[in-house]
Amino acid sequence: MADLRYESPETIEAAVALLAGEGRTARVFAGGTDLIVQMNEGLVEPSLLVDIKKIAETRRIIIEPDQIRIGAAVTGAELGENQQLQAMWPGVVEAVELIGSAQVQGRATLGGNLCNASPAADSVPAMMAAGARVVIAGPAGTRETPIGEIPTGPGRTSLAPGEFVVAFLLPKPPARSGDAYLRFIPRTEMDIAVVGAGISIVLNSDGTCAAARMVLGAVAPTARLVEAAPEILVGNRLDEPVLQALAGAARATCSPINDKRGTIEFRTQVAGVLACRVAKIAWQRAEKN
Amino acid sequence: MSRNLVTATINGDEVEFSCSTGQTLLEVLRGELYLTGTKNGCGSGDCGACTVFLNGRPVNACLVLGVEVGGANIETIEGMAKDDQLHPLQQKFLDHAALQCGFCTPGILNMAKALLEKNPDPSESEVRFGLAGNLCRCTGYDKIIRAVLDAAAEMRASGS
Repeated sequence: MADLRYESPETIEAAVALLAGEGRTARVFAGGTDLIVQMNEGLVEPSLLVDIKKIAETRRIIIEPDQIRIGAAVTGAELGENQQLQAMWPGVVEAVELIGSAQVQGRATLGGNLCNASPAADSVPAMMAAGARVVIAGPAGTRETPIGEIPTGPGRTSLAPGEFVVAFLLPKPPARSGDAYLRFIPRTEMDIAVVGAGISIVLNSDGTCAAARMVLGAVAPTARLVEAAPEILVGNRLDEPVLQALAGAARATCSPINDKRGTIEFRTQVAGVLACRVAKIAWQRAEKN
Repeated sequence: MSRNLVTATINGDEVEFSCSTGQTLLEVLRGELYLTGTKNGCGSGDCGACTVFLNGRPVNACLVLGVEVGGANIETIEGMAKDDQLHPLQQKFLDHAALQCGFCTPGILNMAKALLEKNPDPSESEVRFGLAGNLCRCTGYDKIIRAVLDAAAEMRASGS
């Protein structure tokens, strides 16, 4: 194994300089729950680990006047303990809390779940449904982009050399809105999504849908927006024909693979079931807000 | 290999160790510091046998690098009993015979301790979910759950 070095810069600029100076063999290191396993298995052989946990901006959750800023190295356990976030985006929090065991929750980060770029990452469909944006630092400065632009395929991201995710931005949810995330796994804990479904909706005062965004995970190389969901839901209530149309749209969005966790047919079928279930949960939450 | 000199507090004592960058906290604890109570099960964060406390939170020591724990506070199973006084969880594991081969026991004791710190009065279901990240290959789960629930009751009664 090549010589592996470790740096833990305290500023964004220092981290960018280290990442850019090393090039493609540098890896951002945060919770380590994916990266250490990949290193042990010889899947990656980085020359430099840049630990971003000492950078203050990556470790904070800040409720700003019109948005919520979540540092990329905030852990699942820390997110789950934040009651304001739990109240505003319960679907995002429930998605993050599904990742791994309590021990993994103490280390695994939101930034890692995104940038590991697993098609089955639980936080990504929920964050996309919530309209999350990411703050990226790099040699050219800081930029923002919708979260869905980051993963480009299994294990691949659109981040350029020297760039890293500093924080996530979630909008403040409007009145009468709700979000939810569900996944299917063959057991109750400690597994990887066979299908994941996240949704966020806003209701009109008459109880019909005003806006909706649904995203599926583990049914394509990246998390995938159900593009027909808004036209099916907006202006309507969640009655049986609408649910059937939503299930159909979710199934039509799938292009999954066969693997040990599920067949193409099973994943496609389950995507429709989860789409209906998750929509009902979000609806109930929105009616209470 | 780059060597790194790291100072951390382990079970209340300040400890200095040297590690290569790729060495996990688990490898440091067992191989450098001879704290072999922390067990190496899967090495990939699935089995929980290496559960230790890092700055008060339970983590898998196999998914932490030694180099990143400078200044951190680490508690291992060796720090659970206070001199000759077993922790109530340890005593209840003995009382209920909640171990067979014992390999998973240090990790389960630490995770159970973390669970009871957060939730002193858990239901059976909450204990089972709380320990979902700890595998017992002997499958002695029922006795483990009963021991944790009994220890929780005793700890509530004694206010500890």
